[in-house]
Amino acid sequence: MNDDEHEATYPGARRPDRRRTVDSTGLSLSVAEWGDPDAPPLVLAHGGFDFAETLNVFAPLLAEGGWRVVSWDQRGHGDSDRAGLYSWEADLRDAASVLDSVGPGPVVFAGHSKGGSLMMHLANALPHRVSALVNLDGLPSRGAMSDVAEHERTRMLRRELEAWLDHRRTLVGRARRPGTPEELAARRGRMNPRLDPAWLRYLVSVGATRSDDGWRWKIDPTMRLGGFGPWRPEWSMLRLPGVGAPFLGVLGLELELMGWGTRPVDVEPFLPPGAEFVALEGVGHFVHIEQPRRVAGLVLDFLADVGA
Amino acid sequence: MTADVEFLQHNRITLALHRLADAPGRPLLLLHGLGERTPDAVPPWVRWPGPVYGLDFTGHGGSTVPTGGGYTSEILVGDADAAIGRLGEVTLLGRGLGAYIGLLVAAARPDRVRGVVLTDGPGLAGGGVHPGSPSLPHPGPHAVAPPDPFALLELSRDVRPPDYAQTFARFVTESSPLDTPLFVTAMVRPEWLVAVLAEPGVGQGTVAEGLAGYAGLD
Repeated sequence: MNDDEHEATYPGARRPDRRRTVDSTGLSLSVAEWGDPDAPPLVLAHGGFDFAETLNVFAPLLAEGGWRVVSWDQRGHGDSDRAGLYSWEADLRDAASVLDSVGPGPVVFAGHSKGGSLMMHLANALPHRVSALVNLDGLPSRGAMSDVAEHERTRMLRRELEAWLDHRRTLVGRARRPGTPEELAARRGRMNPRLDPAWLRYLVSVGATRSDDGWRWKIDPTMRLGGFGPWRPEWSMLRLPGVGAPFLGVLGLELELMGWGTRPVDVEPFLPPGAEFVALEGVGHFVHIEQPRRVAGLVLDFLADVGA
Repeated sequence: MTADVEFLQHNRITLALHRLADAPGRPLLLLHGLGERTPDAVPPWVRWPGPVYGLDFTGHGGSTVPTGGGYTSEILVGDADAAIGRLGEVTLLGRGLGAYIGLLVAAARPDRVRGVVLTDGPGLAGGGVHPGSPSLPHPGPHAVAPPDPFALLELSRDVRPPDYAQTFARFVTESSPLDTPLFVTAMVRPEWLVAVLAEPGVGQGTVAEGLAGYAGLD
């Protein structure tokens, strides 16, 4: 691969048909759209440490199915502004700003991982704005995390706390480490070990920028996995039973680093009446990237069935 | 703003650290309540033999108001840690929100924090012990002056489970060489603070008593 002109392609990948920006409480968010602008909207949120163009295969499949797919780079991700602060509430407000830019009527909410949880929360907060809700491996559960003994969890919390504060002290002027496209793809591969290396190299061409000393992922270099806080996985799951719109949940059963480890038994008691729930054997956390056609098919069939 | 102010950097936020009294010895660091700022002078009810400093949290007083909110208590712990990084060993006096932040930072830096006095003040309770019904309140037009309305909104909804606070209290009491590393003077006692008070090594009394105890330490 030529390092100077890293313009990778990937089978089935299509960059957004349109890009625009939305102001969310003073921050500029980069919105990506696929499909007919007059088709019914489907607002699709990416997961943590991803960006809108990680949907470059999945979103076009939904667009071809008759939807105007609207996604956005969450604050600090992709081409959106880096923020002074990041939080769940801030991401919710940003999602609502994107939603407002689509129009006042009810639309389909969908999201993967953190984006799935985010849209589920938004569906609870704004039930009049959602016509159907699709959650792709975005259901954190208590059951998945209860195998760590309490004292061990506490020791982990303490180490995380110190490591997090030590990290905070190093952030001023921090930049992402530069590298060749292959090096960036390999680094991302550590978070996405199940994904096709060719896909990861493709992501560099849409998720990184090049400067004199090499390529860098666009994501805010001050963001870090982990951290600490009072959040509990069951808080997210407790948003599920109250969902009033038709619901489709898709779970990948292969355990991996970026996933939640949630099992069907952790989800089933919380499903709202009439919900559709599919657990995929042999598929990891990135269900929509590992099996885009199958998952897009599930979503399109579900939306057709419920008349969304 | 006090005349004697220096600025610290916490990621993209510039924090104002005010020196209110100069004297030899271990500093007392004041952590203000939600919506407040460091006072112009040492309050008369604060008796401390050493230097007295006050930190303005992100979005408050002379510190940066970031665009678009995103406040959590945990981020403010990073603010307090930046001040501790500058001052070294300190005793903390926290009002309201600052009392909660004082507890968390003492747990993270037990070798630097020589006692925390937790007093009444704005933002002591936070947003209760578990998330409430979801809503999307919006502070409206952007603030041009602190305190940041996003801070007032988000930090009054910040969830504080009792067992979470208790975990931090245990970190403090197990790691600190002090017999009573936490001292509660607050009359208002939200559930997180009740859980802290149930731990051995957590004292109760007046501000004067708490400060006198920590002032007398080596």
